[in-house]
Amino acid sequence: MKFFYQFKQSWNKSLSLRIISTTFIVSTVLVTIIGLVLINRVSTGILSAKESSSLTEASSAINEAQKVVTATDTGAGEPTLSVVVDTAVTALAVRAGQSGLYDVLFLASSEISKQGLPERGTNLVSENSVSNELKSRVEQTDKLLWAYTEIKYLDGRNVPGLVVGAPIQINNVGTYSLFLLFPLDKEEETIGIIRSAVLATGIFLIFGLLILVWYLTRSVLAPVRKTANAAEKLRMGLLNERVPVSGEDDLAILAGSFNSMAASIQQQIGQLEQMSRLQKRFVSDVSHELRTPLTTVRMAADVLYESRDQYTGETARAAELLSTQIERFEILLSQLLEISRFDAGVADLSLTSINIKDLIEKTADSLSNLLAKQETPVVITGTAPNIDLDQRRIERVLRNLISNASEYGEGKPIEVEIGSDDDAIAVVVKDKGAGLKPGESSLVFNRFWRADPARARTTGGTGLGLAIALEDARLHSGWLDAWGAPGKGTMFRLTLPRNPEKSLAKSPLSIGVGDDEKLELDMTALQELLMSEQKKNQ
Amino acid sequence: MARVLVVDDDQALSEMLGIVLRAEGYEALFCEDGSKAQAIFRETKPDLILLDLMLPGIDGIEVCKQIRSESGVPIVMLTAKGDTLDIVKGLESGADDYIVKPFKPKELVARIKARLRKDDLKAEQLTLADLTIDVIGHSVKRNGKDILLTPLEFDLLLALARKPWQVYTREQLLTEVWHYRNPADTRLVNVHVQRLRSKVEHDPENPQIVMTVRGVGYKAGP
Repeated sequence: MKFFYQFKQSWNKSLSLRIISTTFIVSTVLVTIIGLVLINRVSTGILSAKESSSLTEASSAINEAQKVVTATDTGAGEPTLSVVVDTAVTALAVRAGQSGLYDVLFLASSEISKQGLPERGTNLVSENSVSNELKSRVEQTDKLLWAYTEIKYLDGRNVPGLVVGAPIQINNVGTYSLFLLFPLDKEEETIGIIRSAVLATGIFLIFGLLILVWYLTRSVLAPVRKTANAAEKLRMGLLNERVPVSGEDDLAILAGSFNSMAASIQQQIGQLEQMSRLQKRFVSDVSHELRTPLTTVRMAADVLYESRDQYTGETARAAELLSTQIERFEILLSQLLEISRFDAGVADLSLTSINIKDLIEKTADSLSNLLAKQETPVVITGTAPNIDLDQRRIERVLRNLISNASEYGEGKPIEVEIGSDDDAIAVVVKDKGAGLKPGESSLVFNRFWRADPARARTTGGTGLGLAIALEDARLHSGWLDAWGAPGKGTMFRLTLPRNPEKSLAKSPLSIGVGDDEKLELDMTALQELLMSEQKKNQ
Repeated sequence: MARVLVVDDDQALSEMLGIVLRAEGYEALFCEDGSKAQAIFRETKPDLILLDLMLPGIDGIEVCKQIRSESGVPIVMLTAKGDTLDIVKGLESGADDYIVKPFKPKELVARIKARLRKDDLKAEQLTLADLTIDVIGHSVKRNGKDILLTPLEFDLLLALARKPWQVYTREQLLTEVWHYRNPADTRLVNVHVQRLRSKVEHDPENPQIVMTVRGVGYKAGP
């Protein structure tokens, strides 16, 4: 079983093993079939030639024997039966010749055999060489009968052979059976030689084919493997890796295309790196170039603002507007720079072990002014173990979610729920405000997206807060998702993995409403949809 | 009247800084070129330096090293980058504190005041391990030999030495020594503890005077 498993593994892995095994099986089957057919045809041919020559010879030999018997029988005197039989057998033996074309058995038929009549055979051939079945058939016919048999000799030799039999009538005695036994050992030998020649050729053919296939697979696979290795190295960042190109065949084309692909990738990566460098440079330059004059403006605005009492009403208001709008501008600038840092891929994490509940309490504390103004209480439930986080970023996410909730929560309590499991911790921030319209939950993270364009400018916020929060969550390999329904409030869920290397499969906390409520909501949404469709159609 | 040297190449900002500083009752001095900063510093002997990191001539970090090599005068960096690396480099080159542009005038003044503040010092003499700390004389001696510390390093050592039983968190030290009211960058503490150790410890790799308490902060040893 284990061996089978190992074989299956290497079968799946090795193309050359598959090709060679398939070749082996297919060629063995084919060679076996061809060999069998060939041997069959050849031996049939040889044997049928022998058969027909044997039968011709046998028929004339039996005619002669009958003549000899009849002649001896009717000749002068009263020769004994044994003389008749001897004469016939001798005549046949002479006819068979020195080489022993056949052996002779001259037997009394069963009806007269009990009388102790003489029977003869040549060359110690045994009576058992002829089956009883053939014997009895010969007695009942007047034709030539034949069969394949094994010729047995009294000295123990056994030789394959053809036996031809016919009845011989002897006057005053009855029927004798004459059997001529043609040994086929030479033919068998020839067939044997041919068979082993076919076998040897077959084996040689299979081995030759295997070696050929092995060589061909190797010569095709070696460059493919080289290319695969090069691709792997390329993947690991060795952009200078190339494959040697030799010749002009298909494999050379593969190597050539691979090389040009590698070159093009290298060039594009180079360009991207260059662009990324430029982008980083640009961010840093903008940062510096904008911030210095902004600092001056900021300080000037503050000086004016501090002394606004000395101005008349409108000028004082102008100083106020200048100061607050510069602050807004500053926040926007810093958020734009933060976003461009994410876009440039230069944002990095500085991790410390943090208790998320403490951080939420601290964040809510720092937002106490805002929360007091909106008269919104914050209720925190649940706990989670400490995990490694970038405090600045997660605090920013939490501040964003909580201030968002207070802004849209219409003064109703904000619920913050903490949960954890083996893989992650999660925070759900829930307000009971107007909620989101269907389809808006995926839009809230878009840059500069606003739920209600009409009321947008009166509330604060830059429209970048949630986009940055999403990027911060992603930087921790975490999730930030939103759910909302009209009249049901809005929920934001932040899920952070305990081990950033492992991707999140699920969040410890669910988002949305219970199933019943959800069904109801879905139905309402569906009805609304249908109604609006009807209106459109009208 | 305390005198503040502003080393910045942006004229508008320098002028504005001047207005704010004068409004707070400081005398403002200016330098626009990093390569002249050291000379002007020697000439004017200011009580505090506001130093921009990006300067023509030689950059702020180099200027900071030059001045620190001859004086412990408080240096506050003005940095346009929130870049971690630049801030750490600036602190390691000897700056006592930093402020990121754009800042509010009040923030700046608070940072300056914190660095120029003179505590009501009692004539006291503290000992910590084999160190003798003379509070009024602002000096630290080991075996009768002076160890030169910047005022900030002295304040840090003094804060720890006054309550040798207390473990200070980095945030507590930021409040105590840097006079931050809001939580700020704890790297300030890390960098200056390293600098202090390199001056007072026998073996800075194996500190016996300023001990790290893992997961909490620092305390005076042993």
